[in-house]
Amino acid sequence: MNAPDHQMLMRALKDNVAEAPIPHEAPPLSGPLKDAHHIGQSIPRPNIERLTEGRGQFIDDMELPRMAHIVYWRSPVAHARIVKIEREAARSMPGVLAVLDGHDMAQVCQPWVGTLTHLAGIKSAPQYPMAMHKASWQGEPVVAVVAKTRAQAEDALQHIQVEWEDLPAALDMNTALLPQTPVIHPELGDNLCFTRSLDTGGVDEAFAQADVVAQATFDFGRHTGVTLEPRCQIADFNPASKQLTVYHSQQAPHMMQDLYSRQFQLPESSIRVICKDVGGSFGIKVHAYPDDFATVAAAVLLKRPVKFVADRLESFVSDIHAREHRIKGRIAAKKNGEILAFEIDDVTGIGPFSMFPRTSGIEGNQVVNLTGGPYKHKAYRAKLNVVFLNKTPTCQYRGVGHPIACAVTEGLVDLAAAQLGMDPLEMRRLNVIPDDAYPATGASGIKLEVLSHQACLRKIEAMMDYPALRAEQAALRAKGVYRGIGFATLIELTNPSAAFYGVGGARISSQDGASIRLDPLGGIVVMVSVGEQGQGSEAIFAQIAADAVGVAMSSVKLVTGDTDTTPYGGGTWASRGAGVGGEAVLQAGLALRNNILKVAEVILKRPGQELHIHKGGVLDAATGQELLTLTELGRIAYYRPDTLPAGFTPELMVTRHFAQKDFPFIFTNGVQASYVEVDTDTGFVKLLKHWAVEDCGRVVNPMLVDEQIRGAIVQGIGGALFEECLYDDNGQMLNGNMADYLVPMAGEMPDIEVAHIETPTRSSVLGAKGAGEAGTAGAPGAVVNAINDALRPLQAQVWSQPVTPEKILRALGRIGDAAG
Amino acid sequence: MSNALHVHITVNGQRQAQAVLPRTHLVDFLREDLGLKGSHLGCEHGVCGACTVKLDGKVVRGCLVLAVQADGREVQTIEGLSESGEIRDLQNAFIRHNALQCGYCTPGMLMAASELLETNPHAGREEVRQWMSGNYCRCTGYQAIVDAVCEVLDARLTAADKGALA
Repeated sequence: MNAPDHQMLMRALKDNVAEAPIPHEAPPLSGPLKDAHHIGQSIPRPNIERLTEGRGQFIDDMELPRMAHIVYWRSPVAHARIVKIEREAARSMPGVLAVLDGHDMAQVCQPWVGTLTHLAGIKSAPQYPMAMHKASWQGEPVVAVVAKTRAQAEDALQHIQVEWEDLPAALDMNTALLPQTPVIHPELGDNLCFTRSLDTGGVDEAFAQADVVAQATFDFGRHTGVTLEPRCQIADFNPASKQLTVYHSQQAPHMMQDLYSRQFQLPESSIRVICKDVGGSFGIKVHAYPDDFATVAAAVLLKRPVKFVADRLESFVSDIHAREHRIKGRIAAKKNGEILAFEIDDVTGIGPFSMFPRTSGIEGNQVVNLTGGPYKHKAYRAKLNVVFLNKTPTCQYRGVGHPIACAVTEGLVDLAAAQLGMDPLEMRRLNVIPDDAYPATGASGIKLEVLSHQACLRKIEAMMDYPALRAEQAALRAKGVYRGIGFATLIELTNPSAAFYGVGGARISSQDGASIRLDPLGGIVVMVSVGEQGQGSEAIFAQIAADAVGVAMSSVKLVTGDTDTTPYGGGTWASRGAGVGGEAVLQAGLALRNNILKVAEVILKRPGQELHIHKGGVLDAATGQELLTLTELGRIAYYRPDTLPAGFTPELMVTRHFAQKDFPFIFTNGVQASYVEVDTDTGFVKLLKHWAVEDCGRVVNPMLVDEQIRGAIVQGIGGALFEECLYDDNGQMLNGNMADYLVPMAGEMPDIEVAHIETPTRSSVLGAKGAGEAGTAGAPGAVVNAINDALRPLQAQVWSQPVTPEKILRALGRIGDAAG
Repeated sequence: MSNALHVHITVNGQRQAQAVLPRTHLVDFLREDLGLKGSHLGCEHGVCGACTVKLDGKVVRGCLVLAVQADGREVQTIEGLSESGEIRDLQNAFIRHNALQCGYCTPGMLMAASELLETNPHAGREEVRQWMSGNYCRCTGYQAIVDAVCEVLDARLTAADKGALA
């Protein structure tokens, strides 16, 4: 179409900032975007009224003709050899259509192995849709019952008889590699999934030269996502057309299309994955679960639609878990506060399999990459062991390694500051990589395009009135009230290139695409490969498209979440929706604007450079006078092409793709602060206030970014204070229900103040970086540091998350081991 | 449905005569028998609040009430409150404040908030936080929900004051 001048335009937009340092505020939009009045505005999401009226469409709201319901008999024990499955009694129950075991499913679905080549040495065992000869965690699907109604399927489930033989289980990550621990997959030789070591050199020397060395062991409880809408899908296989349609509550429809294609050996073109409303995802819904494949297998075997909706109890043992780590960390610093080195030794317990297709090695790998990330030190050593356990598989959940790396780094910085008698904010100011030092490389080797730690620290200090808060804290301490202030500086990887997954052989797209069509009445339809799970992706795409084309936002319709109708792309993960998807929309919009101008040129017989598009009309660029509405242009282009010059064809639909290729990731940064009060008699922590300063580059919609950050902070607080999947010595999850697994509720949460520094990335025209995960990355570190700041005068410290009242009382010596 | 019982339940002002199994939860009856999909299932054990509906004007968990317990009584769901317009101000405030992200908890949140608006028009911010803490939201962090409810409380009070003066 109009590739040459579009390319020139893109270059011009990117180059007009030349090689000057990137400013810490987003420059005004220019060129065709000079009249932009949607980007940067807090515009309410246009498509959510229906959700306030109970008119959303979630998977469980859908019913299809002949649709059957599948439920799973899940292993009640952590590790067992399956001796015999007696299914006749269940088969004869009312409404039952089939009772299927792992061998039935394996007839139509290939097994998989959750490894990637760029995680050198990672190993896992073949995994099937349902357990074959043995079950390896409590919750692994073993038998499926398909019936006409959900109630009938659940009734029949009670009549499944499974005979099993208990196998010894590996349940403690700290002993998983010891010779006396049973090896879960004997063919793998040991329980080590993945290991990595990193050493910059100079670490021992740095610790030898240090004036202070602080160290601690940091524990992180295994927790899970608890999306309010459980995982769910409807698989519909039409044997006559060999078409498989899967309605799925999922973040990455094209990835699932590819996986279904390969595992079921069906052509990609015969598979359509549709994501309608998704009731929360947070990474929980970006993985390929065994029961995803089992549900599709049932639909293929039964040749009819099959619906699976996890109930809450099975969600707790089948949704991925995350974050079970024990990290021994230490920091070396000089008297003047200069950090010389960090060292960590991380062990993390995953499930019996590395999850498909992203692997369970990424989280630990991120901890290694990110620890110490905000700081200037050169010496760093890290060791990571990722071990198999007979517990629910773990994988990427909002923040992926960031909350762990940040809490360890920031905890160590606070410990060093305390030993030095230095203010923790001052310690950070002294050590962050300065704002004028970019691009830079962190000690772990990460490439940092441009960050704004110093600006963020200045902003948060003013926002929270830090000196006044310290004065209040001191005054209250004198009265026996223990309040604490905790900081967490952070970096977050966003806008990933193919370095994250693609280079490792995962068929997970790092590029995304957008198609935009001008309709005859002057509205535009925007089809994007990044979907909506509540973040407001569709809203910001509408804002960007409206400005890029030059129409009102009310004239924009969004289509996402359908592999048949959107361009190909990666979907939602690694905080890439705005930065990658948004850039694709921007480029498609600018290209369509260009094409519209070409049509206007021939209709108006005026050169394109004299014309401008704004608010749905073609204007005289010099006078601003409207010359032609897009409605009239659309009418001519679509219904009266006979009136246009011979050989001229309007191209009023364009597609553009974008992949971020300049850096492996575009890092963002921010700082959070937490103010807490600890009741030293009960161990209860009251969250008084939380502040966040965030730099996600150009902010497309400030309200939506703020709300992403608030929601993510509260999710991080959940892990810091409440959430943990507790297991007994036999591998039984003890609190797998919403009454016993504590999540943050409105009553305990603080008000959260959010502010921004905008340092745009130069890797795109839009300049947006990700914002969805930074809140979760920083909140646990800030809260735990605040608690320890409160406890410091009492010579107590707690580095084990969740920081429960019991752990605080134990640290205070109020209760002893005998009491526990 | 040999064990089915006949019930008469007024749902959103319409009298429904249906045969239901005694074990059927009210929310399943609403969703599956009446096709009212606005009330959502989040936990099915009374904790998350996604299935909150009104029974004789008071909020209940749709997963903890049996359909037969609603016999002869009045049920209001999000569909009914939306149709009547009685919480339009609250819905608009949720949209303005982005007090919903995925929207799965939203019908239950609106139900709970609407009862607060009726029963405690002078509720302060802390009371709003406490009242709303029976409903789980994983997306928002709650602040926008609290802001939206507080704004409507204020607006209704102001409107009531003006009405009293007029």
